[in-house]
Amino acid sequence: MTGTVPLNAYLILSAALFVIGVAGVLIRRNVLVIFMSIELMLNAVNLTFVAFSMFLHSMDGQIIVLFVMAVAAAEVAVGLAIIIALYRNKESLNVDEINLLKG
Amino acid sequence: MMISLIPIIPLAGSLIVGLMGRRIPRRLVAMIACAAPSLSLLLSLTAFARLLQMPSEGRLLRASLGSWIASGDFSVSFGFLFDPLSAVMALVVCGVGLLIHIYSIGYMQEDRDYHRFFALLNLFLAEMLVLVLADDYLLLFVGWEGVGLCSYLLIGFWFERPAAASAGTKAFLVNRIGDGAMVVGLIWMILLFGSLDFETVLTKAPTVLAYGSVTVSLLTLLLFIGATGKSAQLPLYVWLPDAMEGPTPVSALIHAATMVTAGVYLVARSAPLFQLAPVTLEIVAWVGGLTALYAASIALVQTDIKRIIAYSTISQLGYMFLGLGVGAYAAGIFHLMTHAFFKALLFLSAGSVIHALAGEQDIRKMGGLRRSLRVTSGSFLVGALANAGIAPFAGFWSKDEILSAAYGSGHRALWVIGALTAAGTAVYMFRLYFLAFEGKSRLDAHTLSHLHEAPWSMRLPLVLLALGSSTVGFVGVPPDSGVLHRFLGSVFPASAHEASAEPASGVVLAVVALVMAVGGIAIAFRYYLRDPARAEAFTVRYPALYRTLLHKYWVDELYDKTVIHPTVVSARTLSESFDARVVDGSVNGVAALATRAGNLLRRLQTGQIPAYILSILVGTVVLLGYLAFSG
Repeated sequence: MTGTVPLNAYLILSAALFVIGVAGVLIRRNVLVIFMSIELMLNAVNLTFVAFSMFLHSMDGQIIVLFVMAVAAAEVAVGLAIIIALYRNKESLNVDEINLLKG
Repeated sequence: MMISLIPIIPLAGSLIVGLMGRRIPRRLVAMIACAAPSLSLLLSLTAFARLLQMPSEGRLLRASLGSWIASGDFSVSFGFLFDPLSAVMALVVCGVGLLIHIYSIGYMQEDRDYHRFFALLNLFLAEMLVLVLADDYLLLFVGWEGVGLCSYLLIGFWFERPAAASAGTKAFLVNRIGDGAMVVGLIWMILLFGSLDFETVLTKAPTVLAYGSVTVSLLTLLLFIGATGKSAQLPLYVWLPDAMEGPTPVSALIHAATMVTAGVYLVARSAPLFQLAPVTLEIVAWVGGLTALYAASIALVQTDIKRIIAYSTISQLGYMFLGLGVGAYAAGIFHLMTHAFFKALLFLSAGSVIHALAGEQDIRKMGGLRRSLRVTSGSFLVGALANAGIAPFAGFWSKDEILSAAYGSGHRALWVIGALTAAGTAVYMFRLYFLAFEGKSRLDAHTLSHLHEAPWSMRLPLVLLALGSSTVGFVGVPPDSGVLHRFLGSVFPASAHEASAEPASGVVLAVVALVMAVGGIAIAFRYYLRDPARAEAFTVRYPALYRTLLHKYWVDELYDKTVIHPTVVSARTLSESFDARVVDGSVNGVAALATRAGNLLRRLQTGQIPAYILSILVGTVVLLGYLAFSG
């Protein structure tokens, strides 16, 4: 099993997923899509953890992945609540229109 | 413990009357306010009796209230000291103070701020007792500033009157000049001795400081400048005549028993220190003598009854410093004591006159008051005789002793000045007496109808003080070895006692002084009672002299031109140029700079979340790159 797919392949895949996530956050205007892109970045990191866990024969990586998923679930709950609140106020999910922090 | 209660009781009385006076009846206010000095007097008498039972060398009571300041190897304790000098001062302060309190019951009856007056009076007494009972210079200074504050509050008691308010401010500011010098002196003292305790400083002084050295001369001079401020000597006397704007009992309290004697007490207390500085002593003697003559000459032509007595006070304080300066410390304290009696008497009698005349203070508008104000005029006459130095009244003994000490110590010129002042004193005192109490009445009809003798609460102190003024001089008889001198003997340096002249010339000197005084009275009688036109003619014949005296040598104008006006002008210039431009400018400039920088930086805060994320990303990449490639 371990011999068939090299570690580098996992790392390249997860780097690609992460970069797609970053690009999504930066480029897309819809808050929901940005949100999903963040989830994608998290999962890219999870993939790295799992790959190293298998490669190094250590369970630490897999345990951390469980933690990350738990935190991500909580983050989704809070994030979706914020998005709903934003939508109720602004009637829009376009980040360009959400500039309350403008100095 | 007992002696620390002496100042604490009036302080408590002041707090009670001051805080609750509005809610309790006037009668109770007066009772509480008078109970405080009575208790203090009682305690002082008890402590005095205990002193007398001790052997004459070690007469000393102490009360330590613990540590006050402890910093490194410098420490100041909180404590009171009751030795013969403090005893005399405390008895005079409490005794005369009590009589003035009683007098005020009647004098202030009509005033709506009755309780405020009594609270301040009690506070004044408490501060003065702290001053005379303190066992180190710092606690003395607390009392010193305390009486300064109280005098400001009491002189400006009727603060609705602009004259009273500015007189209070003037007293306060002039005193600050002296106090500033004193603070410098005290700090220097800490550097020299590492302590402010009387005992440490005064016993260590001869070993630490060389006789006649520059250090000790300057140090004592600084203390003396403080004393000239408080005791109204040249050149810082200007506040005292203006202090007459306060209620008359205040004038009596400030000028007789308390505040102005503080400077004399300070010099007498520091006698071992001054004894090391012959130059300073010479200055003290000359300042005293010149002040005595100077103030007496001004008193000759003034027309306000209280101002005449105020200048007389300055003049008598000059005598005290003259005594101290020629080394006759006990004589100086003796004069302080007799002066407390007769000057309180004079002020309270004057107050009684003012009270009877509904506020009239100009002696040109009085005359013939003896017929309607018998008690007042009688007691005023006793006070005038004592002040003029007529035997056997109190002032004669003490003044004569100072003069013979001046003569005996070789200060012939100062003796001449003192004797001239004695004659002048008799002239102005009896000019006042004859113009106000004898001769034809010059009152207008309205005042005449108001004329009445004072209530008992005012008459009683007058009678008691008159008794005191006639008898208290005998504690100093025979000269230099009377009861008082033997009692005070242990406090002052031994050499200070040998100063006075031998008995034979002492009698001659006393007779000369007496003749001068009687001559003065005769002049006053001739010019002001028998033939008032002569006095008028005199002013016409020497107009320059008369105007100079009447305007008090233009000293107030001089100070105004040379000190006050330049100070005010430069302060205004500074506030308009330096303060407004430089200080305010730099403060406002910093604020404007921050605003401008903020305006520039706010452009970065677009509110666009992707922009923020991009900057985070760029930052992370740069940081990671740095970490990866830096090594």
